[in-house]
Amino acid sequence: MTLLKKMSVWVAYLAVLLLLPQLFDSILAISVFNQMAIAIVFALSYNMLLGQGGMLSFGHAVYFGMGGFLAVHALLMLETETVHFSIIWIPLIGGLFGLLAAIFIGSFSTRKAGTVFAMISLGIGELIAASSLIFVDFFGGEAGISGDRTYGPTFFGIDFAQNVEVYYLAAGWVFISTVFMYLFTQTPAGRMANAVRDNPVRAEFIGYSARHVRFISFCASGLFAGIAGGLFALNYEFITEENLNAATSGRVLLMAYIGGLGYFIGPIIGAVLLTLMNSLLSNYTELWMLYLGILFLLTVMFLPRGFAGFIMMHQLAWVRGKLRDLVVPYLMTGIPALTFMLSLIALIELVHAEAESLHIYGLTLDPSLEGTWIVLVVIAAAALYGTRRSLPQLRAAWHSANHIPDEER
Amino acid sequence: MLDVLIFATLNGVVTGLLLFMLAAGLTLIFSMMGVLNFAHASFYMLGAYCAYSISLYFGFWVGLLVAPLIVGVLGALIERYGLRRVHQSGHVAELVFTFGLAFLIEESVQFFWGRDTKNYQSPDILDFALFTLFGQEFSAYRGFMIAISVGIFIGLYFVLTRTRIGIIIQAAITHPKTVANLGHNVPLIFMGVFGAGTALAGLAGVIAGPVLTTFPGMAVVLGSIVFVIVVIGGLGSLAGAFIASLLIGLLQSYAIASDVGMQDLLNVFGIDFPYDHPLADLWGLTLPQIAPILPFLLLILVLIFRPTGLLGKREE
Repeated sequence: MTLLKKMSVWVAYLAVLLLLPQLFDSILAISVFNQMAIAIVFALSYNMLLGQGGMLSFGHAVYFGMGGFLAVHALLMLETETVHFSIIWIPLIGGLFGLLAAIFIGSFSTRKAGTVFAMISLGIGELIAASSLIFVDFFGGEAGISGDRTYGPTFFGIDFAQNVEVYYLAAGWVFISTVFMYLFTQTPAGRMANAVRDNPVRAEFIGYSARHVRFISFCASGLFAGIAGGLFALNYEFITEENLNAATSGRVLLMAYIGGLGYFIGPIIGAVLLTLMNSLLSNYTELWMLYLGILFLLTVMFLPRGFAGFIMMHQLAWVRGKLRDLVVPYLMTGIPALTFMLSLIALIELVHAEAESLHIYGLTLDPSLEGTWIVLVVIAAAALYGTRRSLPQLRAAWHSANHIPDEER
Repeated sequence: MLDVLIFATLNGVVTGLLLFMLAAGLTLIFSMMGVLNFAHASFYMLGAYCAYSISLYFGFWVGLLVAPLIVGVLGALIERYGLRRVHQSGHVAELVFTFGLAFLIEESVQFFWGRDTKNYQSPDILDFALFTLFGQEFSAYRGFMIAISVGIFIGLYFVLTRTRIGIIIQAAITHPKTVANLGHNVPLIFMGVFGAGTALAGLAGVIAGPVLTTFPGMAVVLGSIVFVIVVIGGLGSLAGAFIASLLIGLLQSYAIASDVGMQDLLNVFGIDFPYDHPLADLWGLTLPQIAPILPFLLLILVLIFRPTGLLGKREE
């Protein structure tokens, strides 16, 4: 890839970030974009640990939350005029504190990767979450602490009272963070992180301390998680214990995994997807968490490299110009599979429905009629049968698209 | 003072033995697959909920027998059709799979049973005081819990060390290929052990449900503690899990029952402290307050200073 091509990807990324609020300017859209911005930085920082460095963490929310808490405290200090600076630097404060926390915790937790690291991260996550309810002065107990982002000097006349102004600020930070996280993967430290992930023994034989390499990745990851926490504090103007407990740690793991570990773009896809599900799907159904769980398990089982991995799977077929051959088999399997999923969702919603009628896909279903259930079950069964019947054809088409015949070699 | 001590000990033993029922299955599954099952406590929750539903129609005792079976069969199915598939993608994928499973089970429980706390009651037959000490009653149900847990421990020990099946299981854990070469169906053994482990967790849920309340968060409350126990005891060591379970049970029980705090500690050294200090929260800490975080503190210390745990084998 030439430099020009690489640059154009980044320019396009920046353009998308900046143009989004122009295309969708409703209040809901802006708040979703803000959540996305926070989630992208957070998920990318998590991927630095698990995807690039092979460290499975169950307590990544600690650095996010600590950064966020410090950021809100900084907002409070701005309010009381203890300090004087523009709030555009707040995410950096969060990041620095996340870095400090990572330096302290990483100094002993990065000695081993694998299960030991995962368990230490779990323990520290629980420890910090539990202590946040004890130290009320700093963490504000269950209610958390809240600040106001409109104090301090304005930034070229912008006082960040509007959500959309915060979005542009967040977009700037997201862009900077993404660039730096990408550049990190290109540094020797980033490359060695991959080496240590794949084979720590070999890396040590070349002369690198696996622990030291892990420590560097861990600190960088903590820094960016803290920046995400700072963005969270700016956007919501409050932060609670919930933002550093196991649920938040779990969510970031879900994002990175569903998007695709190991690919730089994976966590971005995951963050966008999960934020959309979170904010849009939750308007339609209370069961969205259940669907999220199912989606997650299906991803782990059938797409172990996530959505990004699924897209990258088609690289060979794309290069060979065989992608067109896959369209028909994909539709043949995809349509019945989608029908099966939709009818299953309708059944689940029907079981859950307490009202007399259920509105779904523009239809009105009556849970008390036996006919509704029978029709749905029949549709689901037929669609499942259709999916299974068309699978061998898809496999054959996939094989022929990716298999290079001997005469072409 | 003595009565507090005795009752704290008894309660600690009850909790510890209960934790051991979960930890035992988790340890067995770990030594077999090399993967910590994050969803283990979720099976415990499923056990409690299944038993609750069964007890509504057939009474407590039927639930005690049937609910663990249901949970065990479900666990075996999940191993066969879920975990075994994910196994090809490596350990991290397996760990992440069980993590997602825990998430899904919690959501499913809320889907089928709702978000509210269930009124799951212990049977009337056991609704009397086993003995009265210093004016405090020790309920028969807690005695029953101890009896079941001890019975399970002895039974498990007997099966694993004295029977042919147990010897094959032990061999399959350390030398799966050799055992397969001898003509045993190793994947079936793994599925069976996973099923048995989850059934044990289910049983723990059945007997703990009435005491610790049956609600959708019960898996989260116990989940990480069981992890702590398995790690402190030494991954893969059943005896270590037993010791660690009792240790954690007693530790938490004593911490909650005690009424000492930071102030008392500082008073010993003759240090006086200002109340309006920014760190007043730290000076004012009491032991019952930090009881929930003690296991995690212990976990981190053990992992730093003795990563193999109490009785764990040395890593290669």
